[in-house]
Formats: sequence, structure tokens, C-alpha cells
Amino acid sequence: MSGFLLQRLMQALLLLLIVSMIGFAILHLAPGGPLSQFAAGGEMTQEDLDRITEQLGLNRPLPVQYAEWLWRMLSGDWGRSYRDQQPVLHIIGGHIGPTLELMLSSTLLAMLIGAWIGIIGAVKRYSLFDGIATIGTMIALSIPTFWFGLVVIYVFSVGLGWLPSGNRFTIGDGSFLNRLHHLIGPCIVLALVSTAVWSRYMRSSMLDVINQDFVRTARAKGVPERQILMKHVLRNALLPMITITGLHVPSLLSGALVTETVFTWPGMGRLFLDSISYRDYPVVMGILMFTAVMVLLGSLLADLLYGVADPRIARSGR
Amino acid sequence: MTKKSDGSVTSAFPMPAIHRRDLLALGAGGLLAASGVGSARAQTRPAPPPPAKPTGQVVVGLSQEPTAFNPLMPGIEVDETVWMQIFNTMWVADPKGNLIPDLAVEIPSEANGGISEGGLAWKVKLRPGVTWHDGTPFTAEDVKYTLELINAPGFKARTRVGHAFVRDIKVTGPLELSWRMEKAYAPYLALLSNTFIVPKHILEKAADPNTAPFNQAPVGTGPFKWGTRTPGDNIQLVANDKFHGKGPYLERAVLKYVPEQTSLYAQFRTGQVDLIIGTGIPANFYAEAVKLPGRKVVKIPSASLEMLMPNLEHPVLKDKAVRKALYASLNKQAIIDIIYYGLHIPTESFSPQDSWAYNPNLPKHVYDLALANKILDDAGWKRSGSGTRMKDGVPLTFAVSTTTGAALREQAQQLMMQDWAQIGAKMTINNMPAAVIWGEFYTRSKFESLIVGTAFRTVIDPDPAARFASDAIPAKSGAGANQMQWANAEVDQLLKDGQTTFDQEKRKAIYWKLQEIAREELPILPIFQYAPVEGYKEGLIGYEPNVNARQNTWNMGSWYWAR
Repeated sequence: MSGFLLQRLMQALLLLLIVSMIGFAILHLAPGGPLSQFAAGGEMTQEDLDRITEQLGLNRPLPVQYAEWLWRMLSGDWGRSYRDQQPVLHIIGGHIGPTLELMLSSTLLAMLIGAWIGIIGAVKRYSLFDGIATIGTMIALSIPTFWFGLVVIYVFSVGLGWLPSGNRFTIGDGSFLNRLHHLIGPCIVLALVSTAVWSRYMRSSMLDVINQDFVRTARAKGVPERQILMKHVLRNALLPMITITGLHVPSLLSGALVTETVFTWPGMGRLFLDSISYRDYPVVMGILMFTAVMVLLGSLLADLLYGVADPRIARSGR
Repeated sequence: MTKKSDGSVTSAFPMPAIHRRDLLALGAGGLLAASGVGSARAQTRPAPPPPAKPTGQVVVGLSQEPTAFNPLMPGIEVDETVWMQIFNTMWVADPKGNLIPDLAVEIPSEANGGISEGGLAWKVKLRPGVTWHDGTPFTAEDVKYTLELINAPGFKARTRVGHAFVRDIKVTGPLELSWRMEKAYAPYLALLSNTFIVPKHILEKAADPNTAPFNQAPVGTGPFKWGTRTPGDNIQLVANDKFHGKGPYLERAVLKYVPEQTSLYAQFRTGQVDLIIGTGIPANFYAEAVKLPGRKVVKIPSASLEMLMPNLEHPVLKDKAVRKALYASLNKQAIIDIIYYGLHIPTESFSPQDSWAYNPNLPKHVYDLALANKILDDAGWKRSGSGTRMKDGVPLTFAVSTTTGAALREQAQQLMMQDWAQIGAKMTINNMPAAVIWGEFYTRSKFESLIVGTAFRTVIDPDPAARFASDAIPAKSGAGANQMQWANAEVDQLLKDGQTTFDQEKRKAIYWKLQEIAREELPILPIFQYAPVEGYKEGLIGYEPNVNARQNTWNMGSWYWAR
């Protein structure tokens, strides 16, 4: 196991290096730059822009800039944002909380509802319920999040006045109930799409197992249907779900770009969008590396959990 | 950054025809009445007195996030909403353009001896009894430190325009200082109205002012003190009860970042934000916004112009006849009425119409396709088989670029394309994301022509030297902001005269002449002067739009709620 871990760790480090190189190159080679926002304002002259370009070190050869960035990263310094001079890690840290709050709640909601829909859909395959669920899933997957978010705001906030039209909490009131009230809108929007996804995963995973020989054997032995479902089918069907959950970890932390923007939710998705549009290189690179680490950790976690859940894999001693 | 709106084009609704200067003369109350919002009678009722001690809070909605809190470092317009509350300048400009002393006791002038030797020697007397938020007294040393820091080699100063001429700063008393200018530079008075003074006693202790903790928790002399910041969401400022000026009357000011304009407007409707300023209410919501109960909606004056900016080194656009023909066949009124809901004000000048230097006698633009065709015929641009004109083998074709996703500008491009096709000019569209277009593509004049909204002045001074002087072409000299690459000897002389003359009447004559030449030569094709829409909750007293401030939170210290 430790050999397996070491091998995975080496692979991960190499991957991270490649990701950082590609990300750095694409980001810096894309036209435009962090000074565009100042040039558009008209207050700064070319001398000012050139001086700041030099002070930021943006006029040096790209390999030199990359080497310096990498060296600093390795020594634990992720750099400072061009926009607010704050250390990158501090900025990322400040946005993770809201993102986690939103993503965890919407993902849990989606997993529970989605699993239920998926299980029923698989057990009662081609029933009316399954048909409606399939059509509903297609619709949910096709709805543009941006549009749906605005619809939720207009119906439930502007029209009915039931929900706040955005923000994480009312300024001056950070109570639990107030936060919960603000969470409902974006949670519904995000959960709609993920419920559809999770229900499809669950349904196909259940169907894979339901048609296997050991299930037929159990039925032949006269095991009650409920017990077959809970003990044999569901337990085996959940195995692939572990992998999917592991791979889902990065998205829990990288946030929801569109929903966070529409609902004024100060999370990672919006930070990434803002940082990209302002070409805040240190922050974009920070988020990129952070996400890459999370993806690698997520897949490692899925592999480990899989081993725990399925003794056959653990014993094969990969 | 670019103003965005996604309104579909419907027929324009009638707007009350009223001149902006009349609006300014009326003050805020008159503005409201004139904008067709609220009743004039209600506005003329005397406002209730302010509270005895700071009370309540205001939530200001912004579609961009303030992130730069050191007022001398690079920042964008929205950052000024913070600077204006935390810091003070030596003097501020009121809505009529008058300079009002703030940290200084008077405005230096040739008459009071504050400016002498033809503008080379400056003296400033400062206000007594001012303290920094940490209780330290404010002195002339702070002003000296600020001006020296801007010019310090390693410091990331936002701009050194004007400041670079300052020499020999001497503190002549606790509240007096003098300095010399390398050359006479009249706009410096205006530049100082936007130069926020920072505390020497805090910043001089920092190992590096570029990364000082001060930059995340600024300390100033202004009406509000730094409170807390939730990055990506809001900044909370608290009342400074030792403020030297009027107010503050509010206990707390919250600057709320709502990145998406439709969401921001929704929050204004539902009352989660008390005001929308800056990029304001999108034009497509204006008709609905004026009818909102309990909300006041105001068209505000702005110094920004929307224009077509040609690159005068382009083989086609360098021909003055082409520019004149394009201007004559540019349906400005249709763009304003159909695309911008009739909100903005047609203009012929690069100078904002609210400025003392504005020349109202410029020839009026007439949309006339026949005239445009005649101009091109006379200039030798002959129609070819394809319908596009040619001259000396060069086809009359050029690209117009603007920010991708700026829906209204993209619609304006369609109108232009249609009109110009009728005079044998082939226009193509080459749009790009903001971070790309306003990079070197713009600053180094790599465009053929642009639709851009910008101002042609130095802070509130009418001096446009950085935009029009032939030695201010970044693509050629690495200096200035003359992206059109306009070079005109007579203009250069006028710009120099305007910078070295301190008498306002004489300067006015210079800038009137300059506007005449620009109207004739068309280095820019002016379309309209912006009149963005801002809105606020009924009962907020003290909000006053100011064309001479970059944000309408300029006087937030004197805001309060009628209770």
C-alpha cells in the first residue's frame, strides 16, 4: 500500500508540474493583461503603465517569470494578488468557506434526491415514474443555469418576496436562520442540475447490478425482494458512486461560477471569474494549482475508499 | 471597464427635454423633479435636520469590487468609493466645478500668493485640528510624504502625471508647506483635488509601502474609518466621530459588490441595497425603475464620452474627408434613441458639457447621407463594382472594435455598418474581451478604430494634452495616451499654452479654439456624452450627483436618513 501511495505521489507531482507549466503559459500568452483595467480608465499614461509593468516584472522573459513563480511556490509563497495586494492563499482561504457551504448543501440535497429517483427508476424501469424522471432529467440538464437563477430571483424574490434576491446573509444579521434563508435560492438552482446527474448515475449503476447472476441466485433462493435490494444490489451499486463522489470533491471547492455570480455569492467560482477577467495572474495560478491538487487528492481518496469498501480490490494489493 | 446591458431594443420612450446644466443648477432636488421622478413639491419640502450622532447604515450597490485601498496605488474608478470615505484631499471639486478647501484652508492662486513666479512656486496652508483615525495629528509632513512617495522609484504609484514636476518640497511650519514646479502646469490644482493624503507616521514604518498592512486596513482623516472587509462581497466602514468636516451622520456605510447588473438591479428593487451607483441601472430597466415605489431614480451627469476612435495612421482613416463623411453618415440620434433608450446627450465636443471650458458654439452634426457621399466623391473616393469605394488602389474598408458582450455597442455597430454601406464604406467588426482590447491593442494603437467610452481631461481640468499632444503617442514615444495618434502643430501649441496659463478666462479661449479644431479635424467622432442612471431609496438625504467626482459617494459623510 505504501508503495502504491509513493507511486501515486510521484505521478501527482509530475502532473502538477505539467499543469502549472501549461497553465502559466496559456495565461501569460493570452492577449491582454492585468493593466488593461487601468488603461481603459484613461487616467494613467503609457509611462505609468510601463513603469508598473516593470515593477510587476511582467516585461521579463516568460521562462524567467515561470521559474521565479515556481521557486516561490516551492518555498510556500503563492504570491500576491495584483488587485488587492493580499497573499493568494489568504484570498483563496477567504472564498472557500462560502463555496463549501453552498456546494456541500446543494450536493447533499442532490445526492439524496438523485439517489432516491435513481433507485426507484431502476427498480421500476420503464414505469411512468421512470419516464417522467428521465424527461425531467433531460430538461434539468438543458436549462441554462444563468437563466434559471434569474427566474428563481424574479419569481421568489421580486415577485413573491419569499426569498432574498442574493447575498450570503443580510449585512448586520449573520444568524443561522438568516444564512439558511439566503442559501435556499442558489441551493435550489445548483441542486436541480446535480440531482439530474446523480439520479442518472444511480439508475445506471443499479441497473448494472440488478441484472447480475448473484441477484438472480438470491431471488431463486427466496430472499425477500427488499433484502435483495438493500443488501445485494444497493451495496454493490454504491461502489461506482464512491469513485464519482471522490471525483466530485474538487467541484465542491472550486465553486459554481454562474450561480455564485447570479446570487452574489462570494465563493471560489466568482473569485476565479473575476481574477480571469482582470488577468490577476497570481490568483488564477493559485486557484489552478489548488484545484489540480484537489482533483488528484479526490481521485486518490476514491481509490482508497474503493479498497476499503470492496475487499477484493484491497486484497489485490495494487 | 465596460458598461454592460442586455436589453432588447424596443421603441424609445419620450424623455423630458431638459439641459444638464439646468439640472446641475437645480441641485439634487431639481434633478429628481426634472428626471420625472417623484413630485417636485415633495422635493422642495425642507429636509429634516441630520441626527445629533451617527445613526443607521447605508448599503451602496456596486457592480465592480473595490480591491485597492491605498489611494496612491493602481486602482480603478470603483476603488475611489472607498478612498473618498477614508481619506481626504487638500481640496475637492463641487458639482459646479468650484474647488472647495478640505485639508487646506484655501485654494492656492496667483491672487492670494499661493501660486507665484508664473506657476513655478506653490505654497499651501493646511487646516488645523485634523487628526488621523488613530488620533495622530495631521501635519504638513503628511502632505510632503505623500507627494514624495508618489515619485519614489520603487513605489507602485498609480500615476505621476503632474507630480513628476514637483521639486524641493519644504515644510515651512506644522501646517504650511511649499514646493517648486519644474515647469508651470495649471492642471496640477485639479490633480491635487484627486490626490488623497496618506499618513506618514504609519507608512514610513513599513518595510515596503507596496505591501504594507496599511494597504489592507487603511487609516485616513476622512468621515469614515475602515471597518471590515469580506472579499468578494462587501466592505464595511464606520463613522469617524472626530471628523473635521460636516458629518458623518451615518453610523455605518456598506459597499456591497454585486457582480451581475441584473442581480444588482433586483437587489435594488427588493431593497437589499439602498443605492446603485457607478455603472448604475442598465438602460433597459430605466422605464421600469422610474415607476418603482419608494425609490428615486436619477439621470446623472458624467464626463465620459462615447465615441468612435479612429487610428489616424490607418491608410483609410487618416484621410480627413473619410472621417467627415463617416461622421455625416453616423446616425447619432438613432443610436441614442433606439439603442440607449434616449438616455444620453448628443455632443460635438471632447469636453464634457458641464465644464467651464465647454464650447457650445461648435457646428451641429447633421445626419446626411447625400452630403457624406458628396464629400467622398469630391475627395476622389470612387465607387467600385462591389459598391465599396476605392482611391489610389486602396479600398474604403476598416474594422471597428469594441468589448465582446457589450450588447448595446454591438447593436450600434450594426447601425453604423448599415449606414456606412450606403456611402460605399465597408465596415467590419473585430470585437474582443475587455482584458484583451484594453491591453496593448488599445494602448499601442494596434486597432483600426474603436467604440470607446472615455474622458478627455486631466481629473477635472479641461487639459487633454495626454490625449491629443503629438509627443504623447504611446505607439511612437512610449508616453501619454494619444491612442488616435493625432499630430497637429497648432494643437500642440494650444495644449502648451493651456497648461502654462493660470487665468481661467484666457484658458477658456484656448480650449474653445482647441474644440473647434477637433470638431473640424475629427480625431475622434463624438457620439454622445454619458448620462448614466443611478437610483436610491426614498428618505436618503444628501445624495448629490457630481460630474467632478469619479463616484457619487463623494459627499457620503453628509448623508443621512429622514426618520
